[in-house]
Amino acid sequence: MDKLQTDHGRRRFLIGTTSVIGGVGVAALATPFVLSMFPSARAKAAGAPVEVDISKVEPGMMITQEWRGQPVWIVNRTPAMMAQLAKNAHFLSDPGSDKSEQPEACKNVPRAMKSHENVLVVVGICTHLGCSPTEKLKAGNEGGMGADWPGGFLCPCHGSKYDMSGRVFKSMPAPLNLKVPPYVYLTDTRLMVGTDKKGT
Amino acid sequence: MMSQMMGWIDARFPLTKVWKEHLAEYYAPKNFNFWYYFGSLALLVLVMQIVTGIFLTMNYKPDARFAFASVEYIMRDVDYGWLIRYMHSTGASMFFVVVYLHMMRGLLYGSYRQPRELVWIIGMAIYLCLMAEAFFGYLLPWGQMSYWGAQVIVSLVDAISPTVALWVRGDYVIADATLNRFFAFHVIALPLVLVILVFLHIVALHQVGSNNPDGIEIKAKKDPETHIPLDGIPFHPYYTVKDIVGVVVFLMIYFGIIFFAPEMGGYFLEENNFIPADPMQTPPHIAPVWYFTPFYAILRAIPQKQLGIAAMGLAVVIFFLLPWLDKGLVKSIRYRGTLYKVALGAFVVSFLILGYMGTLEPTLWYVNPVSRICALVYFGFFLLMPVYTKLDKTKPVPDRVTS
Repeated sequence: MDKLQTDHGRRRFLIGTTSVIGGVGVAALATPFVLSMFPSARAKAAGAPVEVDISKVEPGMMITQEWRGQPVWIVNRTPAMMAQLAKNAHFLSDPGSDKSEQPEACKNVPRAMKSHENVLVVVGICTHLGCSPTEKLKAGNEGGMGADWPGGFLCPCHGSKYDMSGRVFKSMPAPLNLKVPPYVYLTDTRLMVGTDKKGT
Repeated sequence: MMSQMMGWIDARFPLTKVWKEHLAEYYAPKNFNFWYYFGSLALLVLVMQIVTGIFLTMNYKPDARFAFASVEYIMRDVDYGWLIRYMHSTGASMFFVVVYLHMMRGLLYGSYRQPRELVWIIGMAIYLCLMAEAFFGYLLPWGQMSYWGAQVIVSLVDAISPTVALWVRGDYVIADATLNRFFAFHVIALPLVLVILVFLHIVALHQVGSNNPDGIEIKAKKDPETHIPLDGIPFHPYYTVKDIVGVVVFLMIYFGIIFFAPEMGGYFLEENNFIPADPMQTPPHIAPVWYFTPFYAILRAIPQKQLGIAAMGLAVVIFFLLPWLDKGLVKSIRYRGTLYKVALGAFVVSFLILGYMGTLEPTLWYVNPVSRICALVYFGFFLLMPVYTKLDKTKPVPDRVTS
């Protein structure tokens, strides 16, 4: 073959292999940059369980506890609130909490542990787009929610409504009931949010 | 002496060539009107945002513990800090005012049509980049609206992929890590992309030449000897002088707002953002800044999470397809028939109503029904466009531009 003639096959091969090797190099270099944006070791460590004293939470009262930077609500429901829960099913989207997230022990109408059925523990973050709903605990027109309001929570961002078990109403932007975090009673009045085992 | 120096530069850098190609011998149609101010005004606002932004970073602290206080420090203790900060916050809103009017011009005169599809697409990329820039910037004051606005938007990502949302936040909730990286995006990454896109926008525009209110290609009728378009006039000095008039009027309005109504009744700076971010408590009523509310209204009008997100995304992205959705025989609204005029009118009205609905509380009974009707009109404008632009009875287009 004439030495001055271009060998196109060889040129294509060399351009191809150089591009592939170069591309692999760029991808390899990009990896540490992309990974650096995930939560740091410090952020991961901050997710430890928290202990809450609920002895001063009177019936009908709610407190907010921070866990993993999110609000966790603890509500001491009155007998009237508890009685209302069973009547709510017909306007709820997921009354049995079948699609929603909660510990197995809390998959019931009050969405609470059998030992303390009146105490609701939920993550106060709307399952739609992460706003924190506003408490509208009192039933009826008192909070401006209309006379047929059964008591619950209203998300100010997009209007999703939840009942006193954190169960979402039908035809709301939010798809699921409020999440019940893992928790455990250390004593009758102290609970640990973020774990379902006493030993941790 | 001067010409000797220019000769020296021109041998090394095409200064005279660039000057001629883009200003002194860039022939723009002679019939530009009011709607043609907003391109140059957008460039002016971009420069002002960059300059005021540089000075703000000299005193701002991108740290969740100090961010809110450092903004108040700029407002109270830094000499003229209030002016620089209000220029920046008002500039953000004015950027969108100017860009929306600039886009409206495109809709009126068919500026997105062949051969200007790439000018339009690059322009839409600028709009997307601007939305991201505004969103990242809005977190920085670390007020309640900053925090919960970011929480809602990142939750949109969460609905599609929780891993990506975690990667964007750098924490399990909006936190210090998020603030820090949004600062990096806002002050360096996106401004760079924005400036490059604006450069490409102008290069693409000057390749095909400007459209005009008649929607006629002026390059089709050239002087046989000089090859200059008969209806073209050099951009400099004719349009540089015209644009300076626009700049003066714009600055009067802009500084009028800065001095007399910098918060614009809660539309430019929202009341709740004067409260430091509290991850435990969402404010009783949250709404994005006015320039995002039309899309926000579409999002919450749809009672299903994924569909709502998809509709909101589509409402923005569908603009990219305009050059191919429009099957009309003419470009300019001046020669279009009734169908297009009615469709465009209905679109503008629905966009404005959606914008207003997005600022209201969702519990008002009429917000959702009205938003749904307007969203239908909004999408109808685009999706039915191939049909009504084809059926439309257009008028004959003149050979030369009208004065």
